[in-house]
Amino acid sequence: MFDDFFVRAIVGGVGVALVAGPLGCFIIWRRLAYFGDTLSHSALLGVALGLLFELNVTLTVFALSIVVSLLLMLLQRRASLSSDAILGLLAHSTLAVGLVVLAFMTWVRVDLMGFLFGDILAITHLDLAIIWGGGIAVLGLLFVVWRALFAATVSYELATAEGTQPDRANIIFMIVMAGLIAVSMKIVGVLLITALLIIPAATARRFAVSPEQMAVFAALVGVVAVVLGLMGSMEWDTPAGPSIVVAALVCFLLSLLPITSLGFRKNSNSH
Amino acid sequence: MLKENNTLISLDNAGINRSNRWLVRGVSMSVSAGEIVTLIGPNGSGKSTTAKIALGVLDTDEGLVYRKPKLRVSYVPQKLDLNWTLPLTVARFLVLTNRASKTAIESALSATDTLHLAKAQMRNLSGGEFQRVLLARAILRKPELLVLDEPVQGVDFNGEIELYKLIEDIRNKLNCGVLLISHDLHVVMATTDQVICLNGHVCCSGTPATVASSDEFRSLFGQQATQGLAFYKHHHDHDHLPDGRILPATEAEEHTHV
Repeated sequence: MFDDFFVRAIVGGVGVALVAGPLGCFIIWRRLAYFGDTLSHSALLGVALGLLFELNVTLTVFALSIVVSLLLMLLQRRASLSSDAILGLLAHSTLAVGLVVLAFMTWVRVDLMGFLFGDILAITHLDLAIIWGGGIAVLGLLFVVWRALFAATVSYELATAEGTQPDRANIIFMIVMAGLIAVSMKIVGVLLITALLIIPAATARRFAVSPEQMAVFAALVGVVAVVLGLMGSMEWDTPAGPSIVVAALVCFLLSLLPITSLGFRKNSNSH
Repeated sequence: MLKENNTLISLDNAGINRSNRWLVRGVSMSVSAGEIVTLIGPNGSGKSTTAKIALGVLDTDEGLVYRKPKLRVSYVPQKLDLNWTLPLTVARFLVLTNRASKTAIESALSATDTLHLAKAQMRNLSGGEFQRVLLARAILRKPELLVLDEPVQGVDFNGEIELYKLIEDIRNKLNCGVLLISHDLHVVMATTDQVICLNGHVCCSGTPATVASSDEFRSLFGQQATQGLAFYKHHHDHDHLPDGRILPATEAEEHTHV
C-alpha cells in the first residue's frame, strides 16, 4: 500500500504531526515560538553543509540544529542583547548563509522550493522509515522525561530544588526538537515547520484542561490537518506543505467559534 | 564543621557574588529534622538568596554547603508566575514533581482547605487560594525539609495564623525541618526554634527571645518592631493558644494609640 505516493505522503505527514503536537505544546508553554523558527530556518544551512560535504542531509540538519540550540543557550546567558533579538539574528543569518552557500555550489542542483516549503509528495520508503523510527524514539524519550520537563516548564527553580533535574530534561527537549526539525523539513519545509508545531497546540489549548490532554489533542489536530491538507491539495492542485498549514489554520479558526457559550447566547437572545 | 546526625542542611560562611557585589556573605546556619528556623530581614537582605543556596538552586562563590544526600525537599517559592497558556488544574499541579494517589492528593488539599478547588484551573485562583495550594503541594511530597519563602503573602491575618499553625502541624506530624522566610516580624512564630536575622550577612541569630533583645536587631528594625515581637513572645510564655487570633486586634490598637 506504501507504493502509492499519496499514501506515503499521508503516512509520513501523520507521523510528523503525532510528534509535532506534544512538542508544540512545550513551544507554546515556554514561549519558544521564535526559538522554533530559528531552529527551522537554520535547517537550510544544515542542508547546504550536508550537500557541501556530501553527508546525509537529515543527519546534518539534526546536528546543526543541536549546535544552534547550544549557541542560543550560551548567547542568552552572557549577551547584552535581548533573547528575541538574538533569535532573530540567528534565524535570518543562518537562513541567508544557507542560501548563499547553496548558490555557490553550482555543481549541485537543489530544489530550493522543496526545502523551503516541503516536498511531501516525494517521500520515499527510506523517509518513511526515518520519520516513524525517529518519531517513535522521540515520543519514547518525551514520555520518559515528561514529568520532569513539565515541572521545568512550570518553574525551573522549583524543579531544581525538588530534584527533578530540569537541566537534563531541557537538554533532551532540545535534542528532540532538533530531531523533529530534521525529519519534518521534507514534509512542510523549513519556513512552515513552526506552524505545524504551534497551530495544532494552540487549537488544542481551548479544549484541554490538563497538559497531557493538550498534548494528545494537539497530536490529533495535527493529524486531521495533514489529512485534510493533503486531500485539499490533491483536489485543488495546491502545494502540499502550505495546504497542510492552511488546514491547521482552519481547525484553529473553528476552535475559536463560541461553541461552549452557544447555549448562553440563545438564552440572552430570547430576552 | 560539626554535624549532628539529623542535620538536613547547613551553610558555613556561604556567600554569593554577582557582578562584584556580594548578595549575601558569611552566612552560617543549619536546619535539623524537626526544627523550625526562621529567616527574617528587610527587603533585599538576601533571605530568598540564602534559601536558594540551601536548596541548591544557586551555587555559592564562597563557603561550604552541606545537604543530606537524597534529601527530600518541598519548596514553596516566593513567586510562581504561571504562564496563562498552561492548562493546569490544582490536582495536576500537586503532582508536578512527584507521583501520588488520588486519596493522598485529596487529603493534602483537605489539610489546606482547598479540596473544593481540586478541579479548578491554577490561573483562576485568588492570591490566598494560590498560597494554600502551594502549601498543599509541599505537604503532599512528605518532605524531610520544607522551605517556605514568605508563604503567607496575599493571605489575610486570620488565614495567616492558620497557615502558621498548619506549618507547625506538618512539622509535628512529619518531623521535618522547616526553613521559613518572613519579613513580617510580628508573626515570627512563637514555635520557631531559631531566628536568623539577615541583612546581607547574619546580623544576629538565636531563639526568638534572644534575637528580639539583641542590639543589632533593634537597630535594624527599630524599637516598634521589637515590641511587637516581644509582645507575641509574652503570649507564648503564658500559652494562651487561642489568644493568638486576638493578637492582631490588640496590636493594631496599640499602633493607633501611639
